[in-house]
Amino acid sequence: MTLTATTSHTVGPYYHIGLTWLNREDLTQAETLGQRVAITGQVVDGNGDFVNDAMLEIWQANAAGKYDHPEDDQAKALDPSFQGFGRVPVDAEGRFRFTTIKPGTVPGLKGATQAPHLVVLVFARGLVKHLLTRIYFDGEPANAADPLLACVPAERRSTLLAKADADGTYQWNVILQGTEAETVFFDY
Amino acid sequence: MNDKPGYRRPQAGTQPDYLHPAYKSTNTRSPSKPLVFLPHSLSEITGPTIGAESLHEGDNDLTAQHAGEPQGERIIIHGRVLDENGLPVPGILVEIWQANAAGRYNHDRDLHDAPLDPNFTGTGRTVTDADGWYQFQTIRPGAYPWGNHDNAWRPAHIHFSLFGPSVLTRLVTQMYFPGDPLLAYDPIYNCVPDTRAKERLIASFDLDKTIPSYALGYRWDIVLRGRDATPMEK
Repeated sequence: MTLTATTSHTVGPYYHIGLTWLNREDLTQAETLGQRVAITGQVVDGNGDFVNDAMLEIWQANAAGKYDHPEDDQAKALDPSFQGFGRVPVDAEGRFRFTTIKPGTVPGLKGATQAPHLVVLVFARGLVKHLLTRIYFDGEPANAADPLLACVPAERRSTLLAKADADGTYQWNVILQGTEAETVFFDY
Repeated sequence: MNDKPGYRRPQAGTQPDYLHPAYKSTNTRSPSKPLVFLPHSLSEITGPTIGAESLHEGDNDLTAQHAGEPQGERIIIHGRVLDENGLPVPGILVEIWQANAAGRYNHDRDLHDAPLDPNFTGTGRTVTDADGWYQFQTIRPGAYPWGNHDNAWRPAHIHFSLFGPSVLTRLVTQMYFPGDPLLAYDPIYNCVPDTRAKERLIASFDLDKTIPSYALGYRWDIVLRGRDATPMEK
């Protein structure tokens, strides 16, 4: 039997009513293994205006590069204090901030190794279907061999890199639309 | 090690393009550059598994969250969550939110001149059972005006959010009611060209689920993406 997947629609401007109960802006617990990272930024539209009704969802592996999911059958340890899911709303000026750990490398297709990365889903009024992008870490040596970064035009790769500022906080923005700095989004 | 199967790509005309000019907000929020094709790796065939441990008794009854009963027409919405291969999707989180019977959201940004209902918040959640079934009790939401174009009204709808077994099955959508004259004018409902895909967003009246002298029943099934039979690349 073949069915057709249900059509996606926007979350609209009032998603908070139904979704904020599951907000997780700190993915870690005290016992969670790995290097803490704070990631902050802003969601911006094609006019350069901030988007004050967006929401991000994060999915990532633990510090060992293991996903808390039955499809991950790698011989790596789960971290019982890390599930790898975040739900992060933006504030009145489109800003978000969340705390997590830097994930380990994970396998890619055909034997490749993927550099440490977070999968990010972007929801908002005006997005009839959520966007999918990734956060990589600027300066990470494994980025050079990452198979997905290699598929991204070189001049656009920097939109996927979170960059550490002077106090170690990583900066990463979501530019929904723009002539130059538009964030790379993936056809998933 | 062979790669595991990815998920089926969307069937033509059944999923919206990001730019849909009739829905004004898409004009400044849709990407203008080409999307980069994403092969489905372990990062995407896995996903958050949030389920029953997060829920409380009564989370799926939106009519029983306050001291009194909400205004409006009491309804039962139920249905089955399947994947494109026709298999039930058990144990996944289903979240809903909606306007009240007067068409007003319990949200500080909703400025529609219609009354709030102190007995209605408009949020619910549940987890599908072993055969993929879900059920909510709520009230039928009202239509409401919005600023998209002159005399624009959203048809009555309930927002649904589902996780499914992977990142790729994540779905946020809206359920509509049969016979609503506003559907023909709504740019969100009409954001895909495929007529059958649109019509599958409309629940059907379900007399068998209707509780005599109490609540009308509606049935709405949801289909999440399904796995490819074999890996696309080996």
